[in-house]
Amino acid sequence: MAAAAPFSRAEEEGPSVSLAPDHRTEWGRQATPRRASRWIGFCFIAPLLAFLALVYVIPFLGVAEWSVTLPKPGIGQYERLATDPLVLSVFLRTFRICAIVTFVSVTAAYAIAYVWVRGTLLQRRLTELCILIPFLISVLTRAFGWLALLSSRGLVNTWLQASGLIDSPLQLARNEFGVVLGMTHVLIPFAAFPLASAMRSVDERVLLAARGLGASRLRIFWRVFLPMTASGLIGAALIVFVFTLGFFVTPAILGGGRSIMVAELVYLRMFQSPDWGLGAAVSVVLVLIVGALMAALFRFARPAMIGGGR
Amino acid sequence: MDTRAVGLNAIGIGKSYGAFRALKDVSLDIGRGEFLTLLGPSGSGKTTFLMILAGFEQATSGRLMSEGVDITARSAEARSFGMVFQGYALFPHMNVEQNIAFPLQVRKMSRDAVGRRVAEMIQRVGLTGHEKKLPAQLSGGQQQRVALARALVFEPSVLLLDEPFSALDKHLRGRMQDEVKRLHQDFGTTFIFVTHDQSEALSLSSRIAIFNHGELLQVATPQDVYERPANRFVAEFLGEINLLPVENIGDCSIGTGGSFEGARLTGPRQEHAGGAGTLAIRPEHMSLADGCPRDANGVAASIIATTYLGSAMRLGLATRGGTRIIVTLPTETAAKALTNGPDLWVTWPMDKGFLLPEGR
Ligand SMILES: Nc1ncnc2c1ncn2[C@@H]1O[C@H](COP(=O)(O)OP(=O)(O)OP(=O)(O)O)[C@@H](O)[C@H]1O
Ligand SMILES: [Mg+2]
Repeated sequence: MAAAAPFSRAEEEGPSVSLAPDHRTEWGRQATPRRASRWIGFCFIAPLLAFLALVYVIPFLGVAEWSVTLPKPGIGQYERLATDPLVLSVFLRTFRICAIVTFVSVTAAYAIAYVWVRGTLLQRRLTELCILIPFLISVLTRAFGWLALLSSRGLVNTWLQASGLIDSPLQLARNEFGVVLGMTHVLIPFAAFPLASAMRSVDERVLLAARGLGASRLRIFWRVFLPMTASGLIGAALIVFVFTLGFFVTPAILGGGRSIMVAELVYLRMFQSPDWGLGAAVSVVLVLIVGALMAALFRFARPAMIGGGR
Repeated sequence: MDTRAVGLNAIGIGKSYGAFRALKDVSLDIGRGEFLTLLGPSGSGKTTFLMILAGFEQATSGRLMSEGVDITARSAEARSFGMVFQGYALFPHMNVEQNIAFPLQVRKMSRDAVGRRVAEMIQRVGLTGHEKKLPAQLSGGQQQRVALARALVFEPSVLLLDEPFSALDKHLRGRMQDEVKRLHQDFGTTFIFVTHDQSEALSLSSRIAIFNHGELLQVATPQDVYERPANRFVAEFLGEINLLPVENIGDCSIGTGGSFEGARLTGPRQEHAGGAGTLAIRPEHMSLADGCPRDANGVAASIIATTYLGSAMRLGLATRGGTRIIVTLPTETAAKALTNGPDLWVTWPMDKGFLLPEGR
């Protein structure tokens, strides 16, 4: 259905396509520098491509080989992966945490992005600071910061006990709650950027028009603003989900070895128990899932990322 | 057909952005069912005034009355005037039907009634067959029709249009102008239409309000603003005009006149303060002769340029004193006049010129 728009444009440009013969030489001349500049462009990104191949693609192919050769050739590790209750429970937990983190951080980021884009000047500046400052602090530092707040002798529990609200410390870290909280904190900015970009591309006059047609603020939000920023929502959700799937540092620290996620499982199989074959198989599956989601991201939500809006 | 149309009275409306005064003390009475055009150059405050009428902007000073009720503080939602924005402002995620249905759904109309009204409206603006298309899949003219349909479907008491045709090509513009005129007659709603295109204003409106620098300069029928402009700005803004500096302004038996290069030029009788001034005459009211006429105004001049315009010829002349005059004549008449050589007389009837006050 989107094909109709380019069609009408082509129709308008129709007459100008007929080129006089003398124009053709000019086109021919133009082709040379254009082709050359394309190669120069490749030269610029070549080191990056080479680096990616050397550091990621080749080692990953090695890992993929392990998954079908260790300890013996065959797809035995993948069969294990599909049947082993421990592995399955880790995958299940990972998806559950991913879903919760995605929902919470995208919802929070939507509200934050709204103030960031449509608030007063002071609100916008403050939001910017609140997004950017944590963004610049290392993930590791922030995880330990949360631990200092949430552990059983952490600040929160100390305060609550001192004020007499609770008798024994609450279990805030070293469980899924801590993991979700820590990851949400890290991922909110990643969701806020595409959302803010989608919101910026909403034409103010469209909202005015809705108001002029008699719509209440609530209706304008649900029927106009939210649908117009939907591409940003999809993009933000996919980004957060992909990040969460492969997250290692935050869950490892705030999960305290109890709420193991997939990335940590790979680490454990590789470094703690000599079970390289299974670790490799889990890695391959993880990369495939992430790859599929990234493809979806570029397919559906690219305009919002780049700022094109609709 | 519609009896819901209302009149509006703007009383001393002013709008300031910081120290900048975008509107200065604008008072304007808009009649029920009238087609009023707000005309003025870019930045003259037309959109600002329209936004204040719609309730999207709050006036810094002044009041807005509707049928005797003060609506200055009433919100845009509550006023619910239909509005067509520059650039259409359609809902990009809704198709044609959904766009037009939106104001009816807001009014909690039943599904059946909405469906019927939308279908009728789609037919009236000639969008049959495009019901399921998104705005991005429509041409500029079609988007314009959707915007009009959406603004009219709930039968608003006033329809505000902000340069609705500025993005359309000339041909389509003409067609849409006819269509808007027809819709105005059909609906009987009060239309307030912003444009900076003077020919659009002259052909569409029942009255024209001319703005410049946030001031309302004149409100009158198209014929009056064109033939009796209140000042030099209005005279020049509404199309080509010849301005002849005259001195010794005074009354005579048939009107008011002044001296120009030794000749006495006369216009209709009007108030004046004597001294010097400007006599303004539209090019199409002038003609050429080979001698000084007795019962009309005449100025000796020679032709320095001719431009062929198809049905008409545009002649550039210079008087002995070097003042430029432009005359437009039907092509055949012009060709005949040109056979007598370049030196001739420019003449016009005494009731066609008008004196403009000095300054401004
Ligand atoms: N929000 C604002 N803040 C400051 N100045 C403004 C604002 N809105 C409008 N103005 C100023 O008010 C003046 C009138 O603007 P307005 O948009 O009403 O002009 P306009 O007559 O509609 O012009 P155009 O034909 O270009 O649309 C302009 O000089 C503009 O810069
Ligand atoms: Mg404007």
